[in-house]
Formats: sequence, structure tokens, C-alpha cells
Amino acid sequence: MVEVVIAGIGQTRVEEHWAVSLRELAFMAIEQAQLDAGGLQPQVLYVGNMLAPQLSHQAHLATLLADFAGLTGIEAATVEAAGASGGAALRAGYLAVASGQADVALVVGVEKFTDVVGSGVEAALATSSDGDYEAIHGLTSTAQAALLMRRYMHEFNVPRQAFAGFPVTAHANGAGNKNAMYQKAITPETYHKAGVVSDPLNMFDIAPNADGAAALVLARPDVLPPHASPLPVRIAGSSSVSDTLALHDRNDPLSFQAARLSVERACQRARISPLQVDLFELYDLYSIYGVLSLESAGFAQRGEGWKLVHDDHISLKGTMPVSTMGGLKARGNPGGATGIYQVVEAVQQLRGQAGVNQIPEARRALVQCLGGPAAIAVTHVLEVGS
Amino acid sequence: MEISRHWRLRKQRYSLVGEECPHCKAKLFPPRDVCPECGHEAKTLYNFSGRGKVYSYTTVYEPPAGYEENAPYTVALVKLDEGPMVTAQLTDLGDQPVEIGTPVEMVTRRLRQDGDERGLIIYGYKFRPILASQPA
Repeated sequence: MVEVVIAGIGQTRVEEHWAVSLRELAFMAIEQAQLDAGGLQPQVLYVGNMLAPQLSHQAHLATLLADFAGLTGIEAATVEAAGASGGAALRAGYLAVASGQADVALVVGVEKFTDVVGSGVEAALATSSDGDYEAIHGLTSTAQAALLMRRYMHEFNVPRQAFAGFPVTAHANGAGNKNAMYQKAITPETYHKAGVVSDPLNMFDIAPNADGAAALVLARPDVLPPHASPLPVRIAGSSSVSDTLALHDRNDPLSFQAARLSVERACQRARISPLQVDLFELYDLYSIYGVLSLESAGFAQRGEGWKLVHDDHISLKGTMPVSTMGGLKARGNPGGATGIYQVVEAVQQLRGQAGVNQIPEARRALVQCLGGPAAIAVTHVLEVGS
Repeated sequence: MEISRHWRLRKQRYSLVGEECPHCKAKLFPPRDVCPECGHEAKTLYNFSGRGKVYSYTTVYEPPAGYEENAPYTVALVKLDEGPMVTAQLTDLGDQPVEIGTPVEMVTRRLRQDGDERGLIIYGYKFRPILASQPA
């Protein structure tokens, strides 16, 4: 297998891009990533997108974006894996370069949530669950998280206040990220007073859906321009693992098995232990997902992930910083683009370009996105330096 | 109108017909043809009793399109007595508080209606609490 490096990154601010179309939004990120990569020309384009056929009435996205970006003639395909679409598209790009099929791959994640308002968005999101046996009963993505959170609190005797650490940390970090949707810190009191959305979940346990696009240029190291600056970041490990689609089909819904296995496999390929990473960009779509992800990755025992949060181990100065640029909660959740944003942000950390959010001497990052309640998990290990 | 999509699931929706694995006797709902316990083919039909206990529950205030008329509604994971877990709404709750562990039984109710008065009405299973005075 050929080594694969990330040669360029690009991202738009996550927000309500009313004036910008799906194709324009994607191109904004593509243009930045290509510039950042010194003009390397890709032979393949993979697009991570979750809902464009429903929210924007646009399928066949990869061809559209290759066309719009002036890349007609290259290979192009869309990769859909619900909330993990971005990570799955990155993995496709990684495999294309690692296998020798392409020297340079372009990967873009894009989502436009705001073309539809109201109950249509919930209905579109629900199509990622089991249509015949979950969505038909009016189950929503948010309700799934609420079911898990209530059961978690019940089984492990955890108070609701214990989850405050996730949104508080995410918003504190979002304040230092100019591309974040929310750039303002919140206090634990704000969390405690927030209105309930789907009990026990409150407003601050849920990441906001919004528009955004992020892009990566992947390459084999020998095609990089000489004296490339900044240092290229290596993809040292990559793994994607599926679980049952429906939450009710799992023997233990509180154990995110796909998340656990994909961390294990990605770290095994990188020949590291998860404890050797300097930061963990996890998928905090809901506070409870953050807790279960920490446990699945092996940073806490089952039923004890909330203590890491409660005791402030996850802030920028903590033992295992997470959501270092705001995570889904404060940066925002642009669906199929989220997995690419996470990697762009981890690259910023490893390059030393994370500004006030910089983790000193960050050399290695673990990045994970989930589709549904970890019905699929895609994990990458990124490294810089020797 | 999506008539065949719902019609073909009538046995599951109206009477919780699942499967039993002929090899390891695991009970399966929804039917899935390959037993997740032993990996063998499992196509023997099995009628579930419709009784179980609440594993977890929540309330949906912001429903997807098509479910507005029921909102807010309670949705739950119900652990059936025979083993499998199902997703379903809880109904006929009255003033009775739901709790994890509450015994419930299957009833047939309207799940949703598509479109106007000429639209398709989709029926299926929901669960209601088993009253303490009823024989178990």
C-alpha cells in the first residue's frame, strides 16, 4: 500500500447559506483545498453527502460537482453513509490513492439543510433509520438519542447535569474557530436552564443542522511539490465498520460496537494505542453520543464516560481534548460534510494552525464520525512528523 | 401512494409475525431470514405474544412530516417477552406515568395518514400499559 498524505484542506463557515447553492458551496471548499495543495490535479473525486436527493432534489452529485469545478473527465462518485458520509468519502479517496489507482484524490463533503424548513428535515433525516420498522413509528434521530440517554442514566445512575460538560466544552472551543456556527462560550447554568426537546435531551444536548462544505486533497507523497509547506499530514490508519441499522436489533444498545471496532482497527493499522493520540475529534451529534464514543474508544469504562466529561478531561487543556474546534455542537452539523470538517480541523491542529485552540505539540489525532446511532462508524488516525 | 410497501408488511404490522430460527430457536422480530445468533437460515414464521416491557422511552415534540397530528407522542423501545426489542409508540397512557420496566401489550392503532381525506391510512402496532388488575 502506498502512503497517503493530506496535501490540502478547505472549508466554508458552517451557517445558513441562504444565498449559496449546493454546487457553489461545495466549490468554495474545493477551491480552497486545491489552492492549499499547490494546484495538484486530482484524478478522482469522491463526494460525501447525506440528503441532497431529498433536501435539494439533486442526486448524481459527484458528476455535478466535478462538472462545476471544471474537472469533467475525471472519475467521480458520491458516497452516502448517513452522518458518516464524509468519513466514508475520505476512506474511498484514501483507498484510491493507497491502492495506486490514483496519485491525487479530491474529497469534498457538502450539505444544504436550509433549502427545506420544518418537519421535512426531520422526515429526511429519518430515512437514515430503518424505514419499515423505525421511521414508520415516528421515531426521529433525536428521539433515538433520547432513548439511549434515558437508558444510560437509568442503568448507570447518572444525573442529567453530568452531560453539561460536552456542550460547555464544545462552545468554549467554538469561540476560537472562525468557521464555527456558534462562536460564543456558554455556562453550565445555560445548559441546566435550556428547554427540553425530547426528554431527557435538552436543546444544548443536540448539535444544530446547518449548511457547509469542506474538502481535502489526498496524494501520494512523491507527487507533492518539493519543500511542501506546511508539513503534510499522513493518514496512518483508516477503518469503517457497520452495525445493525436499527437500534432495537442490538443486544446492548448502550455499547457502540461499530465505533469500538473501527477505533481498534484504525489504531491497529497505525500501530498505536488510542491512548497515544493527542486529540480525539469525536461525533458529538448528541451529548450522549459523545459519552458513548469515549467509552467505545477505550478512554473510559462502560458507564463511566460521563465522568471524563464531568471532571473536565476533555477540554483543550485536559488529558484527552475532544471537539477541539467546537465539534458538531458549536461548529455545527452539516450532515455529510461533517466527517470532512473533523479531518480539516484535526489537520489544522497537526499543522499548528489552530490559533487560540492550538493543542501544544499535537502530533497525532483520532477522528471518528458516525452514521445513525453508530450504525456505521468511520475512523481515521492522522499523524505529522517522523 | 405507497400501497404495496405497507400492504406487504401486514402480518408484521397487525399481528407481530416474526420468525423462529429452526437451528438455535432464537425468536426474531422483525423477520430477517438469517439468524443473527447462529448465522443459519431462519424462515420459520413465529407469532409473538405482543407482551413486553419498556426498555426506554421519550416524547417527540418535533415530529417528521406526516406525524404532526399525533404530536406530542411517546415512542419507546419495548423488550418483548420472547427476547427481541421493537420500536413503537406507546398509547392509551392516560395519567399513568411511563417508566422503564412498565409492562405493556400490543394494540393496533393508526400510525399515520398520508395526504388528505383520500390518502392512505396506515395501521400498525403500538403498545399500551397492562393494567395491574388484569390477569397476567
